[in-house]
Amino acid sequence: MSNVVEHDTPPATHGGNAPAGRLSAIRWRSAGIIVPFGALFLLLSVTSRPFLSTTNLLNILDQQASIVIMAAAGTLVLVSGAIDLSVGATYALAGVVAAQLVPHTGIPVALAAAVLVGLLVGLVNGVVTTYFRINALIATLAMSFIISGLANLVTDGNLLILTDSPDFANIARSAFLGVRSSIWITLLCVVAFGILLSRTRTGRYLYAVGGNAEAARLSGVRLNRVRVAAFMVSGLAAAVGGVIDVSRVLSAQSTSGATLTFTVLAGMVVGGTSIMGGEGAVWRTTIGVLFIALVGNGFDLLGVNPLYQQITLGIILLLAVGLDAWSRSRR
Amino acid sequence: MAVESVRDLQVELLGIRKHFGGAQALDDVSLRVAAGTVHALVGENGAGKSTLSKVCAGVISPDSGVVRAGGEDVVFRSPRDALARGIATIAQELALVPGLTVEQNVFLGAEPRRGGLLDRKALRRRYDELAEHVGFDLVPDSPVSSLRTADQQKVEILRALSSGASLIIMDEPTAALSREDTELLHDTIRLLVSGGRSVLLVSHFLSEVLELSDEVTILRDGRLVRTSAAADESEASLIDGMLGRSLDSVFPGLPPAPAESASIVLSAVGVHAPGVRGVDITVRAGEIVGLAGLVGAGRSELVMALVGASRVRSGEVTIDGEPVDVRAPSEAMRSGIALVPESRKEQGVVPLRSVEENATLASLATFSRAGFVDRRQERAAAGAVLESTRVRAASPRAPMSSLSGGNQQKVLFARALLCGPRLLIADEPTRGVDVGSRRAIYDLLVEQARAGLAVLVVSSDIEEVIGLSHRVLVMRGGRVTGELTGADITDENILTAAFLDTDTNKGADS
Repeated sequence: MSNVVEHDTPPATHGGNAPAGRLSAIRWRSAGIIVPFGALFLLLSVTSRPFLSTTNLLNILDQQASIVIMAAAGTLVLVSGAIDLSVGATYALAGVVAAQLVPHTGIPVALAAAVLVGLLVGLVNGVVTTYFRINALIATLAMSFIISGLANLVTDGNLLILTDSPDFANIARSAFLGVRSSIWITLLCVVAFGILLSRTRTGRYLYAVGGNAEAARLSGVRLNRVRVAAFMVSGLAAAVGGVIDVSRVLSAQSTSGATLTFTVLAGMVVGGTSIMGGEGAVWRTTIGVLFIALVGNGFDLLGVNPLYQQITLGIILLLAVGLDAWSRSRR
Repeated sequence: MAVESVRDLQVELLGIRKHFGGAQALDDVSLRVAAGTVHALVGENGAGKSTLSKVCAGVISPDSGVVRAGGEDVVFRSPRDALARGIATIAQELALVPGLTVEQNVFLGAEPRRGGLLDRKALRRRYDELAEHVGFDLVPDSPVSSLRTADQQKVEILRALSSGASLIIMDEPTAALSREDTELLHDTIRLLVSGGRSVLLVSHFLSEVLELSDEVTILRDGRLVRTSAAADESEASLIDGMLGRSLDSVFPGLPPAPAESASIVLSAVGVHAPGVRGVDITVRAGEIVGLAGLVGAGRSELVMALVGASRVRSGEVTIDGEPVDVRAPSEAMRSGIALVPESRKEQGVVPLRSVEENATLASLATFSRAGFVDRRQERAAAGAVLESTRVRAASPRAPMSSLSGGNQQKVLFARALLCGPRLLIADEPTRGVDVGSRRAIYDLLVEQARAGLAVLVVSSDIEEVIGLSHRVLVMRGGRVTGELTGADITDENILTAAFLDTDTNKGADS
């Protein structure tokens, strides 16, 4: 009984747009990333023997852990119609704060401090972009400078090495069921953020706010709260990502997040989350990030000059955004 | 050297067919627009009016059929091709650059130049020539953003004329206009036609169609019903033709007005807010109150104040005697006020989300436990309300953007009703809605009143206010300047109150 709504006259046709065409364009788009991902996966399985090994696949996941986590959370911000360009800087700040504290306070306090830093940055981002009405692009860009500066203050410009706290490595590098904890944390985050976006009231509101803010407001949605929440999740995720990577290499520096923001953004966009807000999904973002990772892995395995890797990524990104614009223009 | 228009252009469309996917949008439709006439195109949403006008404008190329301009067969691959043949379109949403002046907009992309620089003198000379030629009186160097909509449409028309247009296609040109502006535009159209140009008018307003046009073509389900002289048609005959059946009457019968003793649901006293200067208003249970007035009289501003969407400076609002916190829409809704907003597109629809999600957006808390949406409960409630509001959609999970305007509007009613309101406010409930859906929306409003809700209807369509209301309040200058009941609810009385200047001490705002 899928057709609850009565149908007493034939479906109307609307001017220049056939509803059937629009519908399928949207459906096609939501599944869009699956097809190239599957194709690439298959191609690499066939052309490279080591690709399909458990070690290689788990390695990819381990390396992408922080990016997947940040992109999953960033999807919430993007869906709400905003953007967070400060995640790279927050990642670095949370990492150096944890690294600086660990030798003195032990792991729990250091972790709590890092998480607090992330949430705080998110709160400030959210407040600045909503209550102060500063465009999110500019606000979070400005914030990223401030946060980077703070990270520099924390480290004094030095590389922090955690030789005295080897236990910190356990956060990301302990194994459970043959899989590294970094991957388990990633899984946990992806599932949590995914459920938050697709199953909760807040998630619904994020889509509504990004899709039509005024409509959401008049429907009683508290816009600012919803947006602040998205930024706080993003900040939290950046902190988790930062901690994971510090734990993996047991060192931290204030400049570690420099290009990360854009890698994260690329993953979301390739996954089909629209930079215009109102649509997107965490699982698609995850596939998007992994797709980019597969391209990199494939280039490595096949011994292609890494130079082409960047060029390819650029082209993929343009294709993804072009597809977004194209499917929008068809509605 | 102004561009000379192709005068006395006759445009014919012969046997036009067009399909989109599986749907036949146009099936063997022919149309002839004679020079110096207004030809109206009417039909329900989805009847093929817009598609046909787009074929004429070169936006859509037909699957088969012939387009003939000035007696010659032509093939339009783009609107540019059509324009070269003297056919231009004034879009529903105006495409002007707000920051540029009138004359700059008129000659946008075709500015006179000298040595690579803009020749301002020539620009003004050409503008004056053109404006004088058609008899428009706009100040050439005022920015377009400062003009009222009717004047902005004039700018669009001038732009079309400057590029030599002789047939101008107007798609719902008055849908967003106040009564005053509508009159202005009608004068403009008459002026154009008296100069030998022709207008293809797509409009939902049948009175407008009958008043302005020489010929009317009725479309239904992509087929031509008939073309006849406007003088031979009436609103009833047009509606019969559009629906293929006769509509008993445009408005449903109202339930009897509630007695004086009926409980007062909405009571607002001394409301001051942006655009609202001290309004007292009550609505009883089971009563439909119409709020009339000119655009800018403060009707929508009052509505925004009541639902907590604007900054209320003072005043007391109660629902069933309980005070309402009007500082946020969420609070007003909690008190039992629900709104179907004025602008469906800007304030109502979340286009990319499903019909179902759009319906439950305002009442999601009811279907949630610990912050999680209970999908099953949501689906059941949405299904029921979408059925009772008679929404026609392929599926409750279809994106909102795939619905016609009328059905989208019904979904917004569903959204409001799911909140279980005591007061239902509908601002311009049938703007841009086809005739069939219009009646369904009237039925809905009357049903709600019958069920004991208080209903407040804001409308610029005086017929609508008269046909639907037990009581009419007329606003002017942010105040209520007239209250009409029973037999006093007439066109003249409403207009008199809307125009009457009872406001002797202007500017004495509190």
